[in-house]
Amino acid sequence: MPAVSKGDGMRGLAVFISDIRNCKSKEAEIKRINKELANIRSKFKGDKALDGYSKKKYVCKLLFIFLLGHDIDFGHMEAVNLLSSNKYTEKQIGYLFISVLVNSNSELIRLINNGIKNDLASRNPTFMCLALHCIANVGSREMAEAFAAEVPRVLVAGDTMDSVKQSAALCLLRLHKACPDLVPVGEWTARVVHLLNDQHMGVVTAAVSLITCLCKKNPDDFKTCVSLAVSRLSRIVSSASTDLQDYTYYFVPAPWLSVKLLRLLQCYPPPEEAAVKGRLVECLETVLNKAQEPPKSKKVQHSNAKNAILFEAIALIIHYDSEPNLLVRACNQLGQFLQHRETNLRYLALESMCALASSEFSHEAVKTHIDTVIGALKTERDVSVRQRAADLLYAMCDRSTAQQIVAEMLSYLETADYAIREEIVLKVAILAEKYAVDYSWYVDTILNLIRIAGDYVSEEVWYRVIQIVINRDDVQGYAAKTVFEALQAPACHENMVKVGGYILGEFGNLIAGDPRSSPLVQFGLLHSKFHLCSVATRALLLSTYIKFINLFPETKGTIQEVLRAGSQLRNADVELQQRAVEYLKLSSIASTDVLATVLEEMPPFPERESSILAKLKKKRGPGPGPEGDEGRRDGGAELNGGGEPPPSTASTPSPSADLLGFRGGAPAPPPAGSSLLVDVETPPNPPPPGGAPPDDAFLGAGPPPPDAPPLPEADELLNKFVCKNNGVLFENQLLQIGVKSEFRQNLGRMYLFYGNKTSVPFQSFVPTLAVQTRAVEPGVEGGAQVQQVLNIECLGEFRGAPLLGLRFRYGGAPQSLTLKLPVTLNKFFQASEMGAQDFFQRWKQLSMPQQEAQKIFKAAHPMDPEVTKAKLLGFGSALLEKVDPNPDNFVGAGIIQTKTLQVGCLLRLEPNAQAQMYRLTLRTSKESVSKHLCDLLAMQF
Amino acid sequence: MPASSKTDLLLAKAKPISDVPFGSRGGSSLGSGAASSFSPRGTMQFMLLFSRQGKLRLQKWYVPLSDKEKKKITRELVQTVLARKPKMCSFLEWRDLKIVYKRYASLYFCCAIEDQDNELITLEIIHRYVELLDKYFGSVCELDIIFNFEKAYFILDEFLLGGEVQETSKKNVLKAIEQADLLQESQNEDWGGLSEDIL
Repeated sequence: MPAVSKGDGMRGLAVFISDIRNCKSKEAEIKRINKELANIRSKFKGDKALDGYSKKKYVCKLLFIFLLGHDIDFGHMEAVNLLSSNKYTEKQIGYLFISVLVNSNSELIRLINNGIKNDLASRNPTFMCLALHCIANVGSREMAEAFAAEVPRVLVAGDTMDSVKQSAALCLLRLHKACPDLVPVGEWTARVVHLLNDQHMGVVTAAVSLITCLCKKNPDDFKTCVSLAVSRLSRIVSSASTDLQDYTYYFVPAPWLSVKLLRLLQCYPPPEEAAVKGRLVECLETVLNKAQEPPKSKKVQHSNAKNAILFEAIALIIHYDSEPNLLVRACNQLGQFLQHRETNLRYLALESMCALASSEFSHEAVKTHIDTVIGALKTERDVSVRQRAADLLYAMCDRSTAQQIVAEMLSYLETADYAIREEIVLKVAILAEKYAVDYSWYVDTILNLIRIAGDYVSEEVWYRVIQIVINRDDVQGYAAKTVFEALQAPACHENMVKVGGYILGEFGNLIAGDPRSSPLVQFGLLHSKFHLCSVATRALLLSTYIKFINLFPETKGTIQEVLRAGSQLRNADVELQQRAVEYLKLSSIASTDVLATVLEEMPPFPERESSILAKLKKKRGPGPGPEGDEGRRDGGAELNGGGEPPPSTASTPSPSADLLGFRGGAPAPPPAGSSLLVDVETPPNPPPPGGAPPDDAFLGAGPPPPDAPPLPEADELLNKFVCKNNGVLFENQLLQIGVKSEFRQNLGRMYLFYGNKTSVPFQSFVPTLAVQTRAVEPGVEGGAQVQQVLNIECLGEFRGAPLLGLRFRYGGAPQSLTLKLPVTLNKFFQASEMGAQDFFQRWKQLSMPQQEAQKIFKAAHPMDPEVTKAKLLGFGSALLEKVDPNPDNFVGAGIIQTKTLQVGCLLRLEPNAQAQMYRLTLRTSKESVSKHLCDLLAMQF
Repeated sequence: MPASSKTDLLLAKAKPISDVPFGSRGGSSLGSGAASSFSPRGTMQFMLLFSRQGKLRLQKWYVPLSDKEKKKITRELVQTVLARKPKMCSFLEWRDLKIVYKRYASLYFCCAIEDQDNELITLEIIHRYVELLDKYFGSVCELDIIFNFEKAYFILDEFLLGGEVQETSKKNVLKAIEQADLLQESQNEDWGGLSEDIL
């Protein structure tokens, strides 16, 4: 028996625990437990009424058994009975049992709530705390319903003891998290903010957590907390290490409270008031200065507490992203930690620097640490730390460092932990593509990836290298040569065979001049791998072979023999058999002309960039890094096109072969009305109006999707559709393009109608969107019309409209044109009706200068109120009557719906008929949205 | 008596643990939907105390989860943490949470926090809790927590509530607990004979 220091009230319990611990086997333990359960059951059922002490003891034993991992299906009633005991420890055990073992037995919940209610009303602070702890521990809806109104009263009542206040604050927080709808907003909210000024540090500590949670929902109601938090923080930071007595932790004043205050401030933009801001900047500087001071203690607790505040301060600096000086100082501080002997600090420094890397102010400063980070990737012994280093390298990568970083990541891959290989592969693939200046480097990198970590190279990655090689003729010869060399390795990965097979089938002719890679040598090399490969790869190789017959007539005999072999023609796999039969026939029946047409080189793939990126995101969730902040830099309207791979031979049924199937002479299936949603995303990043090509965005990497810049009139055409959804998008003497679209919330569907106005068919008709779309019939008959359906999803805020590129042949002459697809941010605008009072309340809430955008402009059209109304409604806004005192003015409201966020928008349009001018004012919670909507709408009148 | 030790948690220097080879990171289920059952915001999601042998000594859940899920999480985490070598960093990514853990003598203290939360301050939450236990029991060891698990829960509730720090002052926390003990002792006087108390 151990020496139990205090409160050794329950000897029976201690004996039972000892017995369990002395059990030699699991069976013995179960036996002992069953014996005990039987005993307790009989006691509970027995005729003799149990006294409170026994009840407490048995309930406690049941709890122990439950915590050992066994099920408990009785005793709840006895526990509830303990709540009404007036002995503190009995009550306490009753509450503990309920906190650990609640079930939503409604009968019981009513009784439990009753017990809690009595204790809350008891005015005995210890009982009140127990009751509040129980509510916070259970946090169920039933409890929220019963106590969401009472707890705030307890919290702000003048005579509540400090310890009760603390429990009440955190209890309310838990209820708010569980059921925010049930916690009433009331006059208590204002008083809660003032708890930041409370004398008692413990009360402040508890209250800050509550405020942080509440202000996320109603930032404006709690705005005053910013200045209070700043002054509290400033007092703590500048206090001497002993001022706060028991709230000083290893010479660090109130570390928990400091961290919580810094977190609270991260819910708000930088303070506007100069004095508050100055004081805060001073605090942050003090925190940074203290990091440089010699430690006051050698204990790790001292440095942990100090650095906890430091990291939280840096998080706030990064959140503000507006103080270059502080950002750079933060970066230097983290730079020191990168080489600290504490693994924890190195880990955190790497993690925190990731966020700094994406700030324009500190990106360069982060880059100076590249060698240290590479060192960490190579030498850290802990995989979690290496993972952080890899993340940081990915985040700090830019054009100037790409080659070095990619090389380091590749060499790391050779020894990387299995768990993170796939992620590293994806990252390397993305960086290599994004920063490829020289595409032979890109090809080398991907082939190295396959060589080093072939098993972790997903389909997305090797599809992508093929797409890029096909779309860039300057790299095709190099790619053919490189894969040919790679395939000569005795053991090469199957993914290499796939890439090699595909590329040689398309571009083997580019290296066939060299006798060392003559057609037959190429064929022999590929075929030597054939038998080791899976069915899918073999199917791909068969397609390569038929392409060889077309490219190199001299291989025809050899290949036909292979196809004719029993192992192919009678292969058990129906796909392989069918290919062998069809290819054999094709090669023997078709004339060379037909063969050449059927097996023509692949047309360029429509751009569909980020399937790899999508995969990485799916793996990691949105995180810092080149792609992580796209919402901030430039959102993309991501379109989910109804994707159908390029047309494949209709006679080849295998879907797995479609992407790499050759282009068929057989007609593609006609586009049907329904479209498959495929996870292909490309946030199109069209050139800004100035015409400069996007240079940074990953999303715009590679050749710009459609081949030509949009028509000069594309913007004007786009403007016609800001307030309407249907109409003729474009028309010239050959072609008319009609649009019909509908939008609901963040989704939309658009029908494009391509009409041929001439009597001559269009051939090779390929509309490419910056997204993958359902292919349309490659020819359009004279006078006929084809239809294309797009499904659209708005994932985030965006500015530029997606581009639609169109290529076709008309009477032998290639035609191409590029238009802007009429998808603008306001399409995802949902009208909201509200009364004048609501409107003005919201209007006032959005009073910061950056939330408002205003334009004063001359009317371009006659000023007709009815037309104006129609336009505003078409824009998506609700028209609010009787809000503006001036009846000539228009007032509107609505919500921009995107997948990631919703932005409430208010607008006011004031016509001045005399001056033929308008004044348009937009207010939204996002600066960029206000401005963009204002620009769009101002062009409509 | 099994190996769970009487070593003082605060004094004992963490010794190297088993030679279990370092296996896969717990994050193999990255991005798995399971984690969505955690609440959207809050400091701590749960706290587990377990021994070097993997025996769970205390569990505190600040998010509603089913018993089955709790058991699964516990199993996975105990395995993951025990497989880590000393000197590795005290943080790891697990599902979409961060795990902060520290070993005191024979016991591991392990907290799950959210991605944006502060790891170092969580590490000190653990330490402050150990200090509170130590002060209350007087050189706390694993056995104290086994035999007085209810006290360990009461102390925790005074320190953390709903996953947030409620009171950081050692004095204030222990005052609350000791008051309760006084109440208990005075009540026990009514219970002179404890002879029947064995079962």
